[in-house]
Amino acid sequence: MTDAPPVVARGLVKRYGDLVAVDHVDLTVERGDVFGYLGPNGAGKTTSLRMLLGLIRPSDGRAELFGRDPLVEGARALDGVAGFVEGPAFYPYLSARRNLELLADYDDGPRSRIDEVLELAELRDRAGDRVGGYSHGMKQRLGIAASLLRAPRLLLLDEPTTGLDPAGMRDMRELVRRLAREGITILLSSHLLYEVEELCNRVAIVRRGHVVYEGSLQALKASAASGYALRAVDVDTARRVAHSVAGIGDVAVVEGELRFTAGEDAVAQLTVALGRAGVGFTALLPRSASLEDLFLDLTEGEPAAPLVQEVA
Amino acid sequence: MGAVFIWELRKLRAQKRTYLGLIGSALVPIAFVVAIALQNGSGPNDIPLGRALRDTGLAVPFVVLFFMSIWGLPLVTALVAGDIVASETHNRTLKTILTRSRDRGEVFAGKVCATATYTLAALVAMVTVGVVAGVIAFGWHPLVSLSGTDVAPGTGLGLLALSTLVYAWPLLAIAAFGLLLSTATRNSAASVVGTLMFALLMQLLAALPGTESIRPYLLGEQFSAWHGLLRRPTDWAPIERGAWVCAIYAAVALAAGYLVFLRRDVTGE
Repeated sequence: MTDAPPVVARGLVKRYGDLVAVDHVDLTVERGDVFGYLGPNGAGKTTSLRMLLGLIRPSDGRAELFGRDPLVEGARALDGVAGFVEGPAFYPYLSARRNLELLADYDDGPRSRIDEVLELAELRDRAGDRVGGYSHGMKQRLGIAASLLRAPRLLLLDEPTTGLDPAGMRDMRELVRRLAREGITILLSSHLLYEVEELCNRVAIVRRGHVVYEGSLQALKASAASGYALRAVDVDTARRVAHSVAGIGDVAVVEGELRFTAGEDAVAQLTVALGRAGVGFTALLPRSASLEDLFLDLTEGEPAAPLVQEVA
Repeated sequence: MGAVFIWELRKLRAQKRTYLGLIGSALVPIAFVVAIALQNGSGPNDIPLGRALRDTGLAVPFVVLFFMSIWGLPLVTALVAGDIVASETHNRTLKTILTRSRDRGEVFAGKVCATATYTLAALVAMVTVGVVAGVIAFGWHPLVSLSGTDVAPGTGLGLLALSTLVYAWPLLAIAAFGLLLSTATRNSAASVVGTLMFALLMQLLAALPGTESIRPYLLGEQFSAWHGLLRRPTDWAPIERGAWVCAIYAAVALAAGYLVFLRRDVTGE
């Protein structure tokens, strides 16, 4: 097996007529990553995953899994890869066990693992029932079971917690964490920021088919201009002082607080200057933008403005 | 491909429409025999072997084959052929099986073989039940060939088996067309109806005046190719023509279906 990364996408494009569903997406998922593919509904996440799995043809660009292009190598490119897009689907007129037997046979894999994965998905008691009668959550768990049947090294999960009740969501996340601990690389798409924040070490944020950020969420937070709030006895004087200190920007008085942006050195300079000017202050607080603000900025802002520099 | 084929058969076994087709095929000759037995007089006189219907049970399956060629067996065939790919779209299971270790070509080939197996099973069921019901009702007697000579019952049975084989060709071509529609339209009902319309259109074209020159190359005509087997001496010409005409229809439909299946974007299915 090569050392190629689990997922490499370069310049991936999918057009449907005039609509560009996926617009030059570059992605690299490294071994051991729990990679979040984050964006609002309709941002092209599922379409991207379908191209990775060879289910649809890219209009342009290429996708490789462990160095193999599914468009060129067909099913062999999916060796070691499993997952589902847009909710797992099974034959409703067959039982869960029969469905898994079918998939095991399609893989020329052993059927001996079926009990094990059914156990893991907590479906063993209902394994003999027809999937047509399953709840959404059970199908979702069966989807994971079907994926694990392949003993994958890379798992692609499209919105795995969508439609689950709170307990189901918690269990699903716990399962993802557990699989990641076992060394499976995971690419997980989601429209839920907190889910990705909780599970993933790296993210790509996608908006209208375009990746607007790729890197870690921590780096994203750090890359945002950090702001401060100062509560001073004499706000007006404090504002004048702030204007005179180099490196202090965006000075404004909001709700009786002086707000500004600055690097750490400039902030230190400001406190000294305030002391010299005889302005006492009662609080100086860093005001970092919340991740949610950043996410909303990235996914809802005007397309022309470069919102955040990409952090590799 | 073997595993895919076997699972396609298992999937057919788990679906109601399969039984609908097979049981329907088996019931038709019984209903036919009962209707003929209750009727007085002779005939139907205007179709091959119709006159001999009450003389030997062996004539029954031949006559049933004739009647079922118009829309009965095409419908039974379309029921599964039109559904076998479209149902994957309906259940959104294509993505499930196409992300395992099987190439699209294998999956398509498995479906082709399963459809053919079902089609042949329905045809054989019909003919077998026809012989049994016919012999019970009208006895095991010599058959009169289309040239007027007597054919011993044992030989007649052999000729019936061969005729069934020849009759299967156009039916399989219709199945291939159903598979194409099933793949291209992604809609089961549309494909079943479309396949049936195709079969009827082939019959209609043959019935129109002025189509004499193309008639030998229409699919509907090949359903009577087996008549050649019941002539003395055997007339091989329609049988040979039936073989290659049906092969061309089937090959074109399967090649087109294969290409569509190979290149299709699996979205929302």
